[in-house]
Amino acid sequence: MNKKGNQRKERIARGIKARSDDIYALTSYREMWYLLFPRLVPIVGIAILTFFLPTYWKKVVLSTCTFAMLAVSWDFLSSCGMLSLGQALFFGLGSFAAGSLNHYFSLPVYVTIPAATLLGAALSTLILLPVIRLRGVYFAMVTLILPLMFMRLIEATKILGGTEGITRLSPLPNVWVEITLILAAMWVALFALRRFISSDYGLIFVSIRDNDRAVMASGINIYAFKTQALFIGSAICAFAGAFMAHAYQFTGMPVFAMDYSILPIAASAIGGIGTLAGPILGAFILVPLSEFLREFGPLRIVFYGVILVVCVVALPEGIFHYLSRKYSEMERWVKLD
Amino acid sequence: MNILEVQGITKSFGGVTALDNVSVNVQENTLLGIIGPNGSGKTTFVNIISGFVNPNTGSVFFRGKNLIGLPPYKITNLGIGRAFQMVKPFFHLPAYKNIVVPLFAPRVLASSGGGFGDKDAVALDVLEEVGFERDSSVPYKPASVLPHGYLKRLELARLMALKSEVLILDELFSGLSIAEVTSIIPIIEKLLSEGKTIIMVEHRLKELFRIADKVIVLNYGKKIKEGPPKEILEDEEVKKAYLGVEV
Amino acid sequence: MGPTLIYGLINSAVLVLMALGFNLTFGISGVANFAYGAIYVVAGFFAWSLINTFHLPFVLSALIAVVVIGFAGVYLYRLILTRIRGLVISEVIATFAVSLVLLELLRYFGFIGSKYTLPVFVNGSVEILDTYVDIQRLLIVGIGAVVLFVLYLFTHHTRMGLAFRGIAQEEHTSLSLGINPERIASWSMGIGAALSALAAIVILPLGTVTVDGGYDVLITALSVCIVGGLGSTFGVVIASLIIGFAQQLTATYLSSHWTMIVSLVALLVVLAIKPSGLLGHQKELEERV
Repeated sequence: MNKKGNQRKERIARGIKARSDDIYALTSYREMWYLLFPRLVPIVGIAILTFFLPTYWKKVVLSTCTFAMLAVSWDFLSSCGMLSLGQALFFGLGSFAAGSLNHYFSLPVYVTIPAATLLGAALSTLILLPVIRLRGVYFAMVTLILPLMFMRLIEATKILGGTEGITRLSPLPNVWVEITLILAAMWVALFALRRFISSDYGLIFVSIRDNDRAVMASGINIYAFKTQALFIGSAICAFAGAFMAHAYQFTGMPVFAMDYSILPIAASAIGGIGTLAGPILGAFILVPLSEFLREFGPLRIVFYGVILVVCVVALPEGIFHYLSRKYSEMERWVKLD
Repeated sequence: MNILEVQGITKSFGGVTALDNVSVNVQENTLLGIIGPNGSGKTTFVNIISGFVNPNTGSVFFRGKNLIGLPPYKITNLGIGRAFQMVKPFFHLPAYKNIVVPLFAPRVLASSGGGFGDKDAVALDVLEEVGFERDSSVPYKPASVLPHGYLKRLELARLMALKSEVLILDELFSGLSIAEVTSIIPIIEKLLSEGKTIIMVEHRLKELFRIADKVIVLNYGKKIKEGPPKEILEDEEVKKAYLGVEV
Repeated sequence: MGPTLIYGLINSAVLVLMALGFNLTFGISGVANFAYGAIYVVAGFFAWSLINTFHLPFVLSALIAVVVIGFAGVYLYRLILTRIRGLVISEVIATFAVSLVLLELLRYFGFIGSKYTLPVFVNGSVEILDTYVDIQRLLIVGIGAVVLFVLYLFTHHTRMGLAFRGIAQEEHTSLSLGINPERIASWSMGIGAALSALAAIVILPLGTVTVDGGYDVLITALSVCIVGGLGSTFGVVIASLIIGFAQQLTATYLSSHWTMIVSLVALLVVLAIKPSGLLGHQKELEERV
């Protein structure tokens, strides 16, 4: 209801919201705090919370952060015009890269994780290179099929550990390192991507999605840009995969499972597509939730599916948009004249 | 000096022949008008020159270099800029950011020494040249709310930001009021005075003929007449093509 | 050589039937129906329950299943896709989500009868009265041919079929000719679903009805369509023949485990050489002006 008698609702940006890229524009601690607060709270809050949780739930946080990274990557890719139905592909490639490097070449953890990130990203980009030139639906279809095919491939040919997978991978030094690493990675990914997209260079990616023809006609090779975006997006997922390989000391067929592809999309749908922070919020809602729903088995996925449909059809804005709107704008009733 | 030589372009889509053996030479620093009834192949012609469509036969030479087969972004970087008939800006971005995008073209980066200078300032300068009032809020509005006249200027600005040598304007005047057209023409004349070559596809014949050096007429994919505006105006075949009856 | 030829042909027919519905929906209205695999499985279980729970004769069940599922497809479109038509991301996510909901619901309610786990529910397989499974296989080829023929007649000689082709070629022009694209799109979804149901009824007798089969069918359909070229019926046929025979040869001379690799290799090869598919005419970016 936006009208009340002879009044209407009006939204105005809050006066104290500072719009500037440069801190010299801020004039008071209050304004600085206003900007920093929403960022500090989750970072500090989650970190503190995690340290006090029992081991099982610590592992859940690891898992959540992993999914959050997958979700952020998905959101980034979709902002660049690439709809990925197969984050599992990038995740799985990273995981197997790390596992193989560790198992077959005996490389230590601090080498395998960065190496697997790059390797996984390179492989993912190479495989999807031909599809970048085509319509978006093709990209979606191919990313959907590939992880499932890889899974069946491994099952059939028994390479890379076959159905049992590769076990007894080197662990990370201790659980504190694990938590710190993945949390740091997640926040770095988020803030780096946000900065990137709002920079002038990042503009190009968004405009490719808006009108790729015009970008072409502006002298820019959109395929080169899409390739870059794909590399960045898949690198984030590959890192997550490599990390998980060592956190669980295991890699195998399940890394290509559809869960890794679906949940990021559901998290983004709930949290707010296009916001980059929304997907993280969505992941932090969905993953713990799915732990509670674990006993319901497949019903979990039904749940994701329903959320997806509802969000996509009825509620495209997402939670994050709503929250950020509330935070940075205020509503008031204004008399109609 | 012919900056652009189009030779024998033929293009059919399925069963329809859009262009039939069309050739034309464009002299440097002139304004060529392309006119013709709807469906005569004007936009296809432009698409082929700018690289969005490949012809069945024929070639396009830009300063002696064959453009056929090159993707649009390469052609743009060689110096041919193409404005679209249906303007679809980057809706999510403010108007001036729309112009920042082309500043990333290799062509522009190379000429400015490859540095990441203040792109915003450059963009705002270009917009001012094209008629956006500098000190107003117009350049900062999201492109989605700009009225039609401004959108057309935005397209023109894009080409200017690209420092294109040949500007192909596809129905720039369409949808503009006479006052708006009158205010845009000086910009075009300024571009000509700077040495640029301009190709304009138009329906607004009166305004076009005031500034064009040469005009070609397309009808059903064939070039039926080529010459200075005065000759075109008086040509019987052209009149018949447009009006469909004996005049 | 003989058996390889025959079984290769049968395999190809299976692939054609699986891929046709998806290809049609996409070719006509540009809707990539990711719920396709789920519809296939649902059709299978639906027919099963008609036969086993309601004890209806097979032919009747088959007919009812195809028709009902067809209409379900139409309503699926009207319910969900209408609002998001044209937003590719949303379309894909929505249909995919529907697929998840349907398949995992089935899994949750225990429609699992595979031979690898203790069946919680009775094995849901559909059998033909005729005991010769081979005839069933030959039937697949026959039905495949008939379906293709009927489709050809339909799209070339009936008003609705011609409208379909019009929409597929140029939607805006069709609009101005009085053809309602929304109606056509929903019908294209319905026909795709019906074809999926038909494929399910004809093919499932060869094995069991499994929930995971839904994902497999989707993968297969997508692969065949991508290789053959989305939107091109002829392309799908050719792709099916190529993949079908390749799979059969692999199964005969290597092992049946490698058949999945054949699809993967075919997919990767096509992507590397002609990404829009063998007979596909997905224009690359430049031509979409």
